[in-house]
Amino acid sequence: MSIVKREPLPAWRKMLVPLAAVLTTLLISVIPILIAGGDLWKSFYYLFYGALGTRYNLLETLVKASPLILTGLAVAFAFRAKFWNIGAEGQLLAGALMATVVGIKWQWLPGFLALPAVMIFGFLAGGLWAAIPAVLKTKLNVDDVVSTLLLNYVMLYIMGALLFGPLQQPGSSWPRSPEIVELAKYPVLLARSRFHLGIPLALVMVFVIWFINKKTVFGFRSRAVGINRRASLFGGIKTNSVILWTALISGGLAGLAGVGELCAIQYRLISDISPGYGYTGIVIAMLGNLHPIGVLFASLFFSVIIVGAQTMSRMTGVPSYIAEVIQGVALIVMLVFLLFTEYRLRVVKK
Amino acid sequence: MTGEILIAAFISGLIGAGIRMAISIIFATLGEIITERAGVLNLGIEGTMLLGAMTGFLVTYGTGNLLLGVLAAAVVGMLLGLLMAILAVHLGLSQHVSGLGITVLATGLAMFIYRLKIGSPTVPPTVEPFKQVSIPLLSKIPIVGEGLFTHYSLTYLAILLVPIMSVFLYKTKMGLIIRTVGERPIVADTVGVNVIGTRTACVVLGGAFMGVGGAFLTLAHQNMFLIDVIGGRGWVAIAMVIFGNWDPGKCIAGTLIFGLLDALQLRLQGMGLEISHDIFLMLPYVLTIIVLIVASRKASIPAGLLKPYRRESKEG
Repeated sequence: MSIVKREPLPAWRKMLVPLAAVLTTLLISVIPILIAGGDLWKSFYYLFYGALGTRYNLLETLVKASPLILTGLAVAFAFRAKFWNIGAEGQLLAGALMATVVGIKWQWLPGFLALPAVMIFGFLAGGLWAAIPAVLKTKLNVDDVVSTLLLNYVMLYIMGALLFGPLQQPGSSWPRSPEIVELAKYPVLLARSRFHLGIPLALVMVFVIWFINKKTVFGFRSRAVGINRRASLFGGIKTNSVILWTALISGGLAGLAGVGELCAIQYRLISDISPGYGYTGIVIAMLGNLHPIGVLFASLFFSVIIVGAQTMSRMTGVPSYIAEVIQGVALIVMLVFLLFTEYRLRVVKK
Repeated sequence: MTGEILIAAFISGLIGAGIRMAISIIFATLGEIITERAGVLNLGIEGTMLLGAMTGFLVTYGTGNLLLGVLAAAVVGMLLGLLMAILAVHLGLSQHVSGLGITVLATGLAMFIYRLKIGSPTVPPTVEPFKQVSIPLLSKIPIVGEGLFTHYSLTYLAILLVPIMSVFLYKTKMGLIIRTVGERPIVADTVGVNVIGTRTACVVLGGAFMGVGGAFLTLAHQNMFLIDVIGGRGWVAIAMVIFGNWDPGKCIAGTLIFGLLDALQLRLQGMGLEISHDIFLMLPYVLTIIVLIVASRKASIPAGLLKPYRRESKEG
């Protein structure tokens, strides 16, 4: 048996691949559900009811999708240029941290500037945190996978040090900051829900990244660097600068996810502000085949799983960590499915 | 006089703790070396360690048998290695992404299974961990004796595995084959070596090492399973492989230095300095990055690393 290139699939069949991958993933996740002793139909019913069953649940799923879309875009944008940014988690924290600092201190400047300020500074913080491994990669040949990963831990501890130090709420013994000012909070857009500004913002970013990828010279160069860095260099592209800018935008998007979690959900910095959105973003980017629209749908699928798993866990006793298992299965299934859009198995008869 | 005794105790304790800090990373590093030498980067390392740690703990918790726990961790590591090999070697998928996929899946499984079997009690259950064994005579050497020669049996095994791995890779025919498969797979294929099979074997073996590295943490270093028990040690191992230029001896030297500094920061923390303990916790990671910067200038990466091997392709 060997693997050989196949004729390109027609577009409509390519579109079906993610759908087939999702269905296969759900089929495989039957196994852990049954092992956990969950009733199958009840489990899936509560999975989807919990995520989509009521207006509030549906809006909560969208609330969950917002950071996932942003970190998914962040990773996809970087991976497309083969800048292996596994550091979205740290960049998200950098964004949240910066938004906290700006959001607390914003007492003496015009209030209407508070919201744009937290967003811009949060974006910059994430971007700059991602620029470090980019510079290390281009100037010093340091492997970006390892450096971005390690920087996640560095940022986590910087945040910890600040939460037990200068940023700690006066009088509190918990690692948490004071609340940010009212004007720096994301407005809630729909009554009786947490549907906030960050959700349309994430959708806008999907469009922006799509636009950069498809319609700008930078998008073209970024992709060219991803396909072949050496050839791009010989072709006259300043690859180092492209990688740096890719990192800035990628980290910025992750930073924005952190701003959203801070300014729309928590209002104050806590050490577990992110339950691993940065890492989930990696899976989402792959599941979305590094395409912004794909990232959007992958994020929606995952937020259904994550939100629904909570309800399922309460009603059936299947541990809510089933969501993490499904994420891993989804990634691997998608990888294999994508492979078979380009290759097919050939049985060699001897 | 008491000052001297205190210093001697400090040094001995530091050496002992430094070695203990390093052991799980040594296992993982050895696993990653053999994997990468055969041309496969396994980013599944962090997840493999976690599932190994969890499995080792659960099996020992259930049976009371420590060796069974270690064995189970190795088997789980091998299974994850096999999955990695199917994805990255047989199907030729991106090694980066396959590895991350393994880590995500294994992390999910570890948390899922632990919650299923143990639930979420306020105090996590514990096992009776490995006991430290003193080597007669040697452990009586003044100052350094106790630190160097009173350890868990797994620790001695890890240290013993380093020269074995070196000899295996550099002095045996199998080692030569593995290195050729990692450097120039097409050459290996031409002389009749089964590239796919060799790579698979190495990834599976490497997985066993990673699993045991994880189990060391839950069965020796600590006696319980916590979700963040690995805490990036897998990623540090990958950095150490680069630091030591894919040479077992040098990589492990780096790991031991890392362990010593880690132990030192713990002790400085205990001295009640006016510095946040998060800063100390951060130091090992910052240090690893600095080490990478220094080492990456002259890194000699196995030429076949990250490149899937297919007969039809002209690369390799």
